[in-house]
Amino acid sequence: MQFQIEQAKELLKSAKAQGATEGDVLVVEGDSFSTQVRLDDVEKISSARGKSLGLRLFFGKRSAVTSTSDLSPASLERLVTDTCTLAKIAEEDEFCGLPAAETCATTFPKLDLVDHEIGKLSIDEKIELARKTERAALSEDPRLNNSEGADFSHSYNEILYAASNGFSGANQGSGVSLSVSPIASQDGQMQRDYWYSSKRKVQELDSPQAVGQKAAQRTLRRLGARKIKTQQAPVIFEADIASSILGHLASALSGYSIYKNTSFLIDQIEKQIMSSNITVYDDPTLPSGFGSRPFDGEGLPSYKKIIVENGILKSYLLDTYSGKKLGRPSTGNAVRGTGGGPSVGVSNFHLLPGETTPDEIIASVQSGLYITELIGFGVNLITGDYSRGAAGIWIENGELAYPVEELTIAGNLKDMFQQIELLGNDADLSKKVAAPTLKITQMMIAGNG
Amino acid sequence: MTDQNAEPDQFFLEKYGLSSSALESTLGRVLGKKIDYADLFFEYATSEFLSLEEGIVKKLSKDISQGVGVRAIAAEKTGYAYSDEITVDHLLTAAKTARYIAAEGKERPAVSIQAPTAPALNLYPVERPPIDVPTTEKVKLLREIDQIARAYDPRIKKVMASFSSEQRITLIVTSDGLAVGDVQPLMRLNVACIAEEGSNRQSGSFGGGGRSEYEFFFESPDFESGDNKKRYEQYTYEAARQAILNLSAVDAPAGAMEVVLGPGWPGILLHEAIGHGLEADFNRKKTSAFTGKLGQRVASDLCTIIDDGTIPNRRGSLNCDDEGTPTGRTVLIENGILKNYLQDRLNAKLMGMPLTGNGRRESYAHSPMPRMTNTFMLSGDSTQDEILRSVKKGIYAVSFGGGQVDITSGKFVFSASEAYLIENGKIGAPVKGATLIGNGPDVLTKVTMVGNDMALDSGIGTCGKDGQSVPVGVGLPTIKISEMTVGGTA
Repeated sequence: MQFQIEQAKELLKSAKAQGATEGDVLVVEGDSFSTQVRLDDVEKISSARGKSLGLRLFFGKRSAVTSTSDLSPASLERLVTDTCTLAKIAEEDEFCGLPAAETCATTFPKLDLVDHEIGKLSIDEKIELARKTERAALSEDPRLNNSEGADFSHSYNEILYAASNGFSGANQGSGVSLSVSPIASQDGQMQRDYWYSSKRKVQELDSPQAVGQKAAQRTLRRLGARKIKTQQAPVIFEADIASSILGHLASALSGYSIYKNTSFLIDQIEKQIMSSNITVYDDPTLPSGFGSRPFDGEGLPSYKKIIVENGILKSYLLDTYSGKKLGRPSTGNAVRGTGGGPSVGVSNFHLLPGETTPDEIIASVQSGLYITELIGFGVNLITGDYSRGAAGIWIENGELAYPVEELTIAGNLKDMFQQIELLGNDADLSKKVAAPTLKITQMMIAGNG
Repeated sequence: MTDQNAEPDQFFLEKYGLSSSALESTLGRVLGKKIDYADLFFEYATSEFLSLEEGIVKKLSKDISQGVGVRAIAAEKTGYAYSDEITVDHLLTAAKTARYIAAEGKERPAVSIQAPTAPALNLYPVERPPIDVPTTEKVKLLREIDQIARAYDPRIKKVMASFSSEQRITLIVTSDGLAVGDVQPLMRLNVACIAEEGSNRQSGSFGGGGRSEYEFFFESPDFESGDNKKRYEQYTYEAARQAILNLSAVDAPAGAMEVVLGPGWPGILLHEAIGHGLEADFNRKKTSAFTGKLGQRVASDLCTIIDDGTIPNRRGSLNCDDEGTPTGRTVLIENGILKNYLQDRLNAKLMGMPLTGNGRRESYAHSPMPRMTNTFMLSGDSTQDEILRSVKKGIYAVSFGGGQVDITSGKFVFSASEAYLIENGKIGAPVKGATLIGNGPDVLTKVTMVGNDMALDSGIGTCGKDGQSVPVGVGLPTIKISEMTVGGTA
């Protein structure tokens, strides 16, 4: 990164000279590349470099944030002045401010987040990875006769953060991804699905063959999908889909939702909010983890913490501000972009896998739904009411029987959490939010009639 | 400081010290290979955001984003590169990447850029862009909204209000010699309320905006019908009313039933069910459930559906799209028959179809795609009362949250946030939010009644596709769908 910690400190000094009492600077810089191959031909190549600087200033209990992608000295000078003007207009908020200096991180875990090999791949080799993935998918079955294409992409990001409480730190991370979305046709019906592998480093990626074959299987199994009758039945969330349920848990536990009373999980600390087989932790220190980071968005230390233990809620997810509002210390869950102040987010948020295999879970269902896709946004985190569009496979006598679509599943997250009857051994813990296959005792499934 | 109200071409050339000849030579470099077409997209966007919560304007932020995107097209291949530094060196580096997609060619055709022009349309002339309105005035507005909402009902316990505005200056320079720029204002005001009664907590929200002046929020649109409430007051009452209403909501029904959609924002049905499926990229690739259906019946003959980017001051309107093509009014479905797709340059050329002015991009960091602008259904003959009275058992949905579609299977969802039971022609109890699911290619064939009350939404829509968000509008008269699956729990 061209921008130096010293320059950040200069900006803060210049702001102080204009009356600011506290402040912080975040600089994000990165580059990315992506290529798409469709039906064997290159469809798209794109590459980019970008950077942005965010400045947050406090005038006592007033604050404002500004950002710019123009890092020239003249632009930054103007930015300081503009931020000062804006902060003075803001209204006093007694809870705002930086974390205390003594709470900031002083040691940083070694996280191994950067791929040093990606630079050795030529553009042609990257295109070839995407091409092989699509070929692997489309060669599985003649019914796979079209494609939305295969993508290979990688990105690299650096951040630099400095605050007037004395903290400064930097971090670098990379990401690599390979995906394909094949289309299958049969009897006038067309179905699309996809699969992907997404890792910190290119050598950790699944092979093009593996990604392509999995995508092909997922697409083929949707052919011949029909509607089903409206009924109550057990529902199994495939692991990749189950992580969305965990995402709702994280949102409902955000300190902002809690203090604003906009969560169905207020006043639940030390209470049983999920079935007793469930343990969830947030761990920013996982080597090579997608959500790993040496310090949080306010410079606080990274450490692993239990959020739900045997179904009992142990902790909310807090940054300094939402923590103060609730009379609790930050849990080190501040996330920050240049466009605004800190908010709450997860690092690596994982539901501990169980012992049961997905096949055993399916075998436990006499008649029910195995969900492979969810669409829509019908989740109300204030009440927990849940209603989403779904597609999947109907289970009869413990076996996957036939594909189903154009249906909805509905319930309330409070009940769904309590009714997680079985959990699989198949969570992919390289993901930021990961859960295994989950079986929920009963939900309302709407379809025909 | 650079004058942001200057003509876009002067703005970019002066601010970044570029010359027409530098642009010509950049495009020439891109075209040095076997490239059919190339363009440069310059953008300078400023935005401001304020939000109020707990009676305090806690968040104030401003953002400046600038950059240039370089695109090269060779047959079906697209090369795209962008930089947030607008200099000749960075342009050339980006050009080198963009042209990687094409084989080396010998000829280097000369590019000659015409004098930059303003778009033919002038849909959002504003004397004072909303972003230039003093922030203190906006703070005052949010505080007033907070007080109005709290005074509405003692059960309103939380009020959240936000105001966002942006000003986007663009300049598109193409290898065809076209140079066209635009200055696009946009603003949005949003109000959300939480109502509490014992342990029952419910929310309501409403908002609006467009490419207008700030004073838009202080107009009384229903003055002639005897309602002198200003727009910001209407938004606030609506949000508070919804939150209170939801306190008495019962479980939504589950299963297939008759569905009546109210006018305005429920037009999100059209956006999800058919709009995305008619974007040309999916049809060129034959991956849309609407592939090959031009000229065929895809809706009942009561349905005529339009995408129109030329409605003055609307959130989804543009003087020209992000490829410099003037926006237009495209008939998608006429009396039930599929007439047109929504095109950008690449797909129009590959499909041999005319441009429709729907090539849009989120910013310089994104390459254009076919996107909707304002998508709506024309009014029919029925009154809303006739439609509601005709329903034996079903739901009447008047407000929605987001929606989503699977282009290939055609299955789409959208989630009702304010809906009522209808029994024997009478509106009954409000129901809790529920997702509605249907099949794009046949849902409109089940439209059995169309109202005479078409309305556009209040200016709140944002559409996401392939990771790019763009502002859009929708509109709908009251309609009856004979059967759709409602995803409730009862």
